[in-house]
Amino acid sequence: MTTADPPPSSSTYTPPPPFNTSTTPLIPIYQGAEAHLYKTTFLTPSTPAALKIRPSKPYRHPILDRRLTRARILQEARCLHKLVKEDVSVPAVLGLDWEFAVAADNEGNRNGNGGSWLVMEWIEGEVVRVILERWERYMKGLARESGSQEIPEGEAEKVRGLLRKIGAAVGSLHKAGVIHGDLTTSNLILRPFSPAAANAPEEEHSSPSMEGEIVMIDFGLASQSVQDEDRAVDLYVLERAFGSSHPRTEKFFEEVLVGYRESYKGAGPALKRLEDVRMRGRKRSMIG
Amino acid sequence: MSVSLETIDLPHLSSLAVHVALYKDVQNTSYLRQQLLSANTEFEYAFIDATMILSRAHAVSAIFRAVNDYSNERLKSRNIHSEIVFSLSPTNNIADSFRKFGISDSTNNLLVVKVSTTPNITHESVAAHLAQHVQGSSIPFDDVALAGISDVAKIKKAYKLGSLPSAAPNQANGTHGDGKKRLELSVLGAIALRGAT
Repeated sequence: MTTADPPPSSSTYTPPPPFNTSTTPLIPIYQGAEAHLYKTTFLTPSTPAALKIRPSKPYRHPILDRRLTRARILQEARCLHKLVKEDVSVPAVLGLDWEFAVAADNEGNRNGNGGSWLVMEWIEGEVVRVILERWERYMKGLARESGSQEIPEGEAEKVRGLLRKIGAAVGSLHKAGVIHGDLTTSNLILRPFSPAAANAPEEEHSSPSMEGEIVMIDFGLASQSVQDEDRAVDLYVLERAFGSSHPRTEKFFEEVLVGYRESYKGAGPALKRLEDVRMRGRKRSMIG
Repeated sequence: MSVSLETIDLPHLSSLAVHVALYKDVQNTSYLRQQLLSANTEFEYAFIDATMILSRAHAVSAIFRAVNDYSNERLKSRNIHSEIVFSLSPTNNIADSFRKFGISDSTNNLLVVKVSTTPNITHESVAAHLAQHVQGSSIPFDDVALAGISDVAKIKKAYKLGSLPSAAPNQANGTHGDGKKRLELSVLGAIALRGAT
């Protein structure tokens, strides 16, 4: 869950309780439009955890704001909880508060802007985007040295293996009846099999390791569905993300679909639907 | 009798000290239960049937939820200690949660939790009071001790997780290592999501 994005500014923002008075460090990881992500510890001082805070939005009507924030954090937590029970590789829910708690001031009044929060299991490893970028840089260097665009078979097979694992992970998600809603290579973490490998620094000018298990993260846009249409759109979004972020890897995308096809029974119809979605784009036709 | 009373450090909620002691072969459970029923304020503890506790993280997550709800002034039950027992429950039925997770006359293994809600509740005062009133052997509050006590089948039933395999998962992209870890994470999720309608 590491990204190169700048951390949120800590100037004026106060997180909702108990994090407003917490003496446990909160390390900002990422700030999006809807949520802030921190690395912290939870339950014990030695258990790393990811804290996602959805702050209230002051420009929205307070009642609407509460309802939207609450519905979204619960949606995410419910999907994750369901997937953990189904043994799909996603971070587990460790703690949650959807009630929009607000810190009491000195007089004991509780008003001001709160927010909802969700604490999840911390996933070690690197996001797939970073791994593929490193791999593409390495291939580029190799091509420059040899003067050939040919990708060595060993390297090609390594990437194919990674992409098949991604397909299988998405398949297990869809099998469990959940749609991710925002599948990109930044929302897939390659968790190394051994904790030691996670801490080993990757050398910049070598081919990155692709050993490990794919864990899907960020279920902020997830929903529950078993419709082929929704599954196909999920795959289509991932396909487009590959096309735009990883030009050298795009030609291997077919392997994601191979991994997906083998992962569960309903994969066939979903892949058939993907062909229709490719023809018209993510949005469904409004005619008729 | 010496008591191994542990004061745990809850990340993010360190302003309230939480004292925990685990006992096996407790002889006077019905006496302790009577004190609870008669609302004897001397005995305001969370008395938990330790066979219903899977691991340290399981107990601590319920404690966290109760302490957090206490700090936000939204307890659903009488006090923070009854709330800890209630917080173990995946449902909103308070009486049912006491029956399933709380002390009963047949309890042998007991987990005791006390939160320092006032300054005069200290590690020493709690340790002294427990040493005087709990007749059982104090054992460390850790996963090894709990593993020897917990009744996994009963816990699975209480959390409606009967379909989870006890053995290793067989899925190709299977994740959470052994079945115990997966059961634990599913239980933590159920505790966190209680009441989310």
